[in-house]
Amino acid sequence: MSAFVIGFDLLLGAGLLWLAWQALFHPQPFAAVVHFMAFGLMMALAWVRLEALDIALAEAAIGAGVTGALLLAALGRLPDGPTPRRLLRAWQRPPVALALGSVLLLSLWLVWVAWQLPRPGLAAEVTAALPESGVRHPVTAVLLNLRALDTLLEVAVMLGAVWLVWSLGPELRPYAPVTALPGLPALTRLLHPLFLMVPAYLLWRGSHAPGGAFPAGAVLGAGGILLLLADGVPWMQRPEHQPLLRLLLAAGLVLFLGLALGGLLLTGTFFAIPLAIAGLAILAVEVAIALSIALMLMACYLFGEPGR
Amino acid sequence: MTEGLALIAPWLIAAGVGFFLTGALGLWRFPDAYARLHALTKADNLGLGLLCLGLACQAASLSAALKLLLVWGLVLVASSIGATLIASTALARGLRPVTRRGSRRGARRGARRGSRDS
Repeated sequence: MSAFVIGFDLLLGAGLLWLAWQALFHPQPFAAVVHFMAFGLMMALAWVRLEALDIALAEAAIGAGVTGALLLAALGRLPDGPTPRRLLRAWQRPPVALALGSVLLLSLWLVWVAWQLPRPGLAAEVTAALPESGVRHPVTAVLLNLRALDTLLEVAVMLGAVWLVWSLGPELRPYAPVTALPGLPALTRLLHPLFLMVPAYLLWRGSHAPGGAFPAGAVLGAGGILLLLADGVPWMQRPEHQPLLRLLLAAGLVLFLGLALGGLLLTGTFFAIPLAIAGLAILAVEVAIALSIALMLMACYLFGEPGR
Repeated sequence: MTEGLALIAPWLIAAGVGFFLTGALGLWRFPDAYARLHALTKADNLGLGLLCLGLACQAASLSAALKLLLVWGLVLVASSIGATLIASTALARGLRPVTRRGSRRGARRGARRGSRDS
């Protein structure tokens, strides 16, 4: 039995490396995108094997689903025909070789550092700190209380990504033939209640089991993208709703930062959340972050700034 | 009751895996997008149904078993509508189905479908 499990893990690792290589170096862009999506699904399976269900959920939803669909949508707007193979010019080779060499060296250094990490990890410390965090699930405790600064910066990075996409130009409308098909609006209507119920369930679950703001935001965002593709959320594109959209996009980050500064005022330490209000405050921040993440994912699908 | 379910579960899962392998073979060997959709929607969804049924037989509680069956129902809804979308988009883009007698019949069928849609 254990030989079978080891064989499965080796196959999974080898498959991941092969899919990553295909996604990076396949000559056809469509095949590369499909390999990237398969890579995301296999990666989610790898996270399940590592017993990290939270990361597996987020990887499957964002890595394979949302990013893959974003790449496919971008691909559909590219002109047809074979891509020209760009060969490196002679003067370009030394800097490229230098960059590849430094990446290789950095990766080796990272492997060495990871090898030096204390074992068996910090699970005991997290378990010890769990009663003071206000939640019962260790992953949620780490993400939203013990190492909340990392999560805050992640949300800021996502907001930065939306800012970058919107800086490219005005938004693009979905293709007319796609919206004319009856199946897409029907699917959207059929699945929409579920796309609201599942994130609520994941948010509620996050306090005691795998779930929480990131998977909930990813699922809600996926449903929202389906709506966007069917042209079902016209308010996002209307100029008079832009202040509201921007406020909601920033709500998660602002509330999170407010919590951190409130901790600074109340206890004198940045992000020190008093235990009495920790559970409720974390839940409020999680709801705001999930909503913001969902809207951020949808905002990337506008392919530009709306209402311009 | 539970012992009986545990006995048939491996057979259901094995049958599901068989249908999945058949679907993968169809995806690999069928000539065009329309035929491949048959492999993906029919064989794979039956395989997934048997797989979910087998896993539901082994589930610890009734709610877990119902969740597994819910997964199957959702995939059925999504894949049937997704397959329709792919096929009608392919037809709208002018992709002709491959037929054994050559491409004429397929071309006529595609044209007729196109005129009815418009």
